[in-house]
Amino acid sequence: MLKDDSNFNHIDKNIGYQLMTERMFMQALGMGIAEEMRIDPKVFMMGEDVRASVYGAAAGLYDEFGDDRILNTPLSENGFFGAAVGAAAVGMRPIVETLTSFMWVGMDQLVSQAAKMRYMFGGQATLPVVYRAVMYYGGGSAAHHSDRSYPVFMNIGGLKVVVPATAADAKGLMKTAIRDDDPVIMFEDGTLLSTRGEVPDDPDFTVPFGVANILREGTDVTVVAIAGSVPHALGAAEVMAKEGVSVEVIDPRTLVPLDKDTILNSVGKTGRFVVADPAAKVCSAASEIMSIVSEEAFWDLQAPMQKVASKQVHIPFTPSLEKLVYPTRDGIIEAIKKTLG
Amino acid sequence: MTTNISKDVLMLMLERMWRIRHFELKLTEMYNAGEVGGVHLYIGQEAVAVGACAAMEDTDYIAGNHRSHGHPIAKGANLKKAMAEILGRIDGYCKGKGGSMHLADFSVGILGESGIVASSVPVATGAALASKLENKGFVSAVFFGDGASNQGACHESMNLASVWDLPVLFICENNQYAVTTSYKDTVAVEHISDRAQAYNMPGILVDGQDVIAMYEATSQAVQRARNGEGPTLIEALTYRFEDHSLGLEKIRKSEYREDSEVDEWRLRDPLDLLTKSIVDSGTATQADCDAISATAHAEVEEAAEFARNSPFPDESELYKDMFASEMPIV
Repeated sequence: MLKDDSNFNHIDKNIGYQLMTERMFMQALGMGIAEEMRIDPKVFMMGEDVRASVYGAAAGLYDEFGDDRILNTPLSENGFFGAAVGAAAVGMRPIVETLTSFMWVGMDQLVSQAAKMRYMFGGQATLPVVYRAVMYYGGGSAAHHSDRSYPVFMNIGGLKVVVPATAADAKGLMKTAIRDDDPVIMFEDGTLLSTRGEVPDDPDFTVPFGVANILREGTDVTVVAIAGSVPHALGAAEVMAKEGVSVEVIDPRTLVPLDKDTILNSVGKTGRFVVADPAAKVCSAASEIMSIVSEEAFWDLQAPMQKVASKQVHIPFTPSLEKLVYPTRDGIIEAIKKTLG
Repeated sequence: MTTNISKDVLMLMLERMWRIRHFELKLTEMYNAGEVGGVHLYIGQEAVAVGACAAMEDTDYIAGNHRSHGHPIAKGANLKKAMAEILGRIDGYCKGKGGSMHLADFSVGILGESGIVASSVPVATGAALASKLENKGFVSAVFFGDGASNQGACHESMNLASVWDLPVLFICENNQYAVTTSYKDTVAVEHISDRAQAYNMPGILVDGQDVIAMYEATSQAVQRARNGEGPTLIEALTYRFEDHSLGLEKIRKSEYREDSEVDEWRLRDPLDLLTKSIVDSGTATQADCDAISATAHAEVEEAAEFARNSPFPDESELYKDMFASEMPIV
């Protein structure tokens, strides 16, 4: 894994004083699922090899919930992505586990059905389904297993797009996703799965959609960082602090809905804006956020905005090339310096 | 066509078939008058939807496709709301946001009609999964064409349904042409129903012009599904009397099918076959049957007037229904 800040361990200020336990991001995802499954018998999970939990987050779920609620599927993404839609349409609350890169195989069901049914049928369809997209990249998996595809789903509409970056958010956003009445895609960043953080024990703890988290307050430059870019942005802020530059780091946490106000308010305060996004640069989440800032906060800006996104290439297998692709702490530092002139 | 089906069911099926036929004859008239666009007509295939839906309960679900005016009407949908939807009006089933290819009425167990061919097949399979997981006892059925039968979504769904013994009916309406391409050029087996063997489920070939045969085959498949015995593939061999869609008249029929073939199939009009069966068996008189047609015709005229008088949705509707609760959309 290409991580600049292996000691990333941040506590969400919004959570307050609750009882916390340090947990791994991956474990926090699983806790969120288990808690919701205990509360609501309509929740079930299906996917490839979920009973064995080959991706980790589903560990222990099959033992606890058994055959009827943890379902191993055939390798048929289009089939079971759509089956989740149908089950949701008649009142169930399915969770589907998949990899970001396998979502392409089931795109018709995600786009033509999950995303569009409610609108196309005038609000008659309610589809409380969660697609858990494990997002591996940075580990030498080459182009077929390294997608960061959330911007595609922001563009489609009708899908809520969730990109947790801390263990606490992994749990809290997962619980909100399961309780939500719309189709949600949880992008579970592979570079964060083994990170640790304080996670509230309270089963009523949730993190709302559409509320960004100001991870570090600052006055000189605003950095919005998405998913796996968050630790790099915090690392960059730490370095810049030593140079006397105060950086505000914002994690939007959900891209649909997007908390524009927190971002715009911050830009209003700092006048300088950098966005870091592990997605490929063209039409990235960063592109959309920059577009919003330029439309709505242009006169607040004191310098051109800077985008630190992945290079617009397919992911090469060899580490010598792959390491050149993604946003890094140093890349963010460079961008921050550009905004300072 | 001899049968033990009750008179009530036979007359209900005749009524629903006439509703569909008159509905689409009216749409043709409205198309010629410039009131509606190039919709996909179901004329000639009415027995398939009506026979199947008559064998199901109100609590069962169906899903359709782009050629699906017939399926909601067969399931009991309201003609006024259906017509208003096709005209893009606020009183339509989907408030004008779906149109002809998405005439869904969720209140009568319709999970939607999909404009993407085969795309509703996994959805119907998922409804059956919900039924099984919660022991609800309902079944779901999905109607798709010979063209759709070649899509991966169909094959994935049939396999999934079979390995999980789901209570779902895969009803393939083989109207023999995907737009202009004969299924004989695109399907590797003689009958689409033969494909059921690959998924270890019964595959039944039915005369799709014969609503009684359709009712009986579906009844058996529904029974199997409710008994926990899993899915069934029913191939209803039928024929699209009209072109792929209104407005495709530039594609001459003879370019992909012979006029004589169309004429031959028109001799087996499903409405004529059912009427003859009803009259010949003494179940009802020709006059009774004509009265059902006349009533359906009047209902359709009333629906058209209702639709024309319904307003178009205003701008406040544009963003509504994107999500379950209102939220800022950038």
